[in-house]
Amino acid sequence: MGEEVVHALRGVSFDILPGEFVTIMGTSGSGKTTMLNILGCMDKPSGGEYILDGEHVEKLNGNELASIRNRKIGFVFQNYNLLSRTTALENVELPLLYNPKVSPKERRELALEALNLVGLSDRISHFPNQLSGGQQQRVAIARALAGNPCLILADEATGNLDTKTSYEIMSIFQELNAKGKTIVFVTHEPDIATFSSRTLLLRDGLLRKDSVNSNIQNARAAFESMPSIEMVHLEESI
Amino acid sequence: MSAFSLLRIAFKALFRNRMRTFLSVLGIVIGVAAVITMVAMGEGSKKSIREKMTSMGTNAMTISPNYQRRGGVQLGANESRETLEEADVVALKTARYINAISPMVSASGQAVVGNNNWPVQLSGISSDYLKIRNYEIESGVMFDDEIDKMSKVCVIGQTIVKNLFPNENPLGKVIRYKGIPLKVIGTLKSKGTGDFGQDQDEVIFAPYKTVMRRFNATTEIRTLYVNTIGEGYASLASEEILNILKERRNWNRPSDPFRVRSQEEMIEMVSSTSQILSLVLTAIAGISLFVGGIGIMNIMYVSVTERTREIGLRMALGARPRDILLQFLFESVLISLFGGVAGILLGVVASSVVRKILEWPMSISLTSMLVSFGVCFITGVFFGWYPARKASRLDPIEALRFE
Repeated sequence: MGEEVVHALRGVSFDILPGEFVTIMGTSGSGKTTMLNILGCMDKPSGGEYILDGEHVEKLNGNELASIRNRKIGFVFQNYNLLSRTTALENVELPLLYNPKVSPKERRELALEALNLVGLSDRISHFPNQLSGGQQQRVAIARALAGNPCLILADEATGNLDTKTSYEIMSIFQELNAKGKTIVFVTHEPDIATFSSRTLLLRDGLLRKDSVNSNIQNARAAFESMPSIEMVHLEESI
Repeated sequence: MSAFSLLRIAFKALFRNRMRTFLSVLGIVIGVAAVITMVAMGEGSKKSIREKMTSMGTNAMTISPNYQRRGGVQLGANESRETLEEADVVALKTARYINAISPMVSASGQAVVGNNNWPVQLSGISSDYLKIRNYEIESGVMFDDEIDKMSKVCVIGQTIVKNLFPNENPLGKVIRYKGIPLKVIGTLKSKGTGDFGQDQDEVIFAPYKTVMRRFNATTEIRTLYVNTIGEGYASLASEEILNILKERRNWNRPSDPFRVRSQEEMIEMVSSTSQILSLVLTAIAGISLFVGGIGIMNIMYVSVTERTREIGLRMALGARPRDILLQFLFESVLISLFGGVAGILLGVVASSVVRKILEWPMSISLTSMLVSFGVCFITGVFFGWYPARKASRLDPIEALRFE
């Protein structure tokens, strides 16, 4: 008797270069989540290797994984995962707390800078329940940016948001990418993938497609072209 | 992660669940307060016994024949039948390690003054007895020359003054004891209750020769009280006394003819009894502290489960297992230390209430406070350890997905 061994991913091999904006697509059961856990250094591959910024992640122990997550990866989750009853600023400071090289003063400065980057300088003392979904996700992006990681890893980061807000969030990612940030975005929504420069398609644990996107959509333009909620309401009443 | 950050996080988490924190703190408060109060009670009674013993005179020793007789039957076959006599008193005055000596003979009966009478033991003593037992004269004089003259005089304690001479000066008045008139020549200062609850002011002292000849018609001295020259001379004095007494009798049997008991021995004996009492009390109080600790453990488990996602998030953002362990350990230690401080305060208040209402001698020691505080810290670490370890061992992937 024993547990059935399932290989969520088999023979998947690819490189992501600095400055790329990659979406990883796949239906449920495709191995997307396993891929995300490995890329995020939350899990180690049972075989093969994962080299992140020159480090062989598969050879690291628990504490080293924690430290690499802290310094090299910025997570953005689908459900934001902000600490409740904790201000936006303190939420952004959270990963820096676990980096002993960052002094309390630097921590504050870096967090303020990151919040400024996502356009939330005026919301630093707000609690998550005082912010809209889009604003909460922007706080989460600021949190991912604060430690200046080499990889931003987003997991269905627009999954809980309406289309218009999704575009707004994607425009932030595009702006970050334009500033040189490497972004990996896991999603199952095809229209989100059109904002990235490259798409990896997973199916049944295999890499089925690795395509460069020649026609990258501008998320900012898409966002601005969408009617505001009030206008929709007005049109309906006519 | 710095200790300061950990402390801040712990404070915030505890403040967020104020009611819950308060209740688990309360468990520790009750435990610590109980320990403090019980120790104060135990220590207090021990101290008061010691003080009373000292007021009786720590340097006092008693000499009595080494045999027991009850109802005219001698108990113990191989024991001596030696009795103390006046010549022994004279001989012992040469001893180097004692500076006061007084026989003690007694008679029992009623003391009568006019229409008042009071049942009290008549004690026959010499003037040294006051020094040995720490009695002091309040008014009048102590008898001295009257001993050899077998004068019919007496010195009385405050209880006797109150009961036999309610509204008058007793000096110069006459008490009839077993029909024999005794003139009051002095009164004693109040000494209060003795070690075994006896009233030390309920005494009538008369010259021992008067009591021996006029009341008891005997030359036998039951007990001799002596005073050693200082603390720590008990065993030297005891040896010297026995040697003098044996020499007078040309004693060469292995067993001693007399028994010498020091007040220090008595203190040891009584102290060890109250020691056991205070140990038992403290153990019971300790159990309630233990129960308080279980309360902490319980609440920490709830807290860990409730915050599984938070733990997962912190781990994803780079918290090491050790950081998570410390975070929860800080919380449990904070709870127990809050409880410790509040418990010490409550214990001090409770102790003074007990002192006031039950009139129990309380002695709050700094040691018991420090020990309680230390025990609280250990309780927090001990009972917080398992929940904290559980938190630190969570898998970040699972924890993040936890609903």
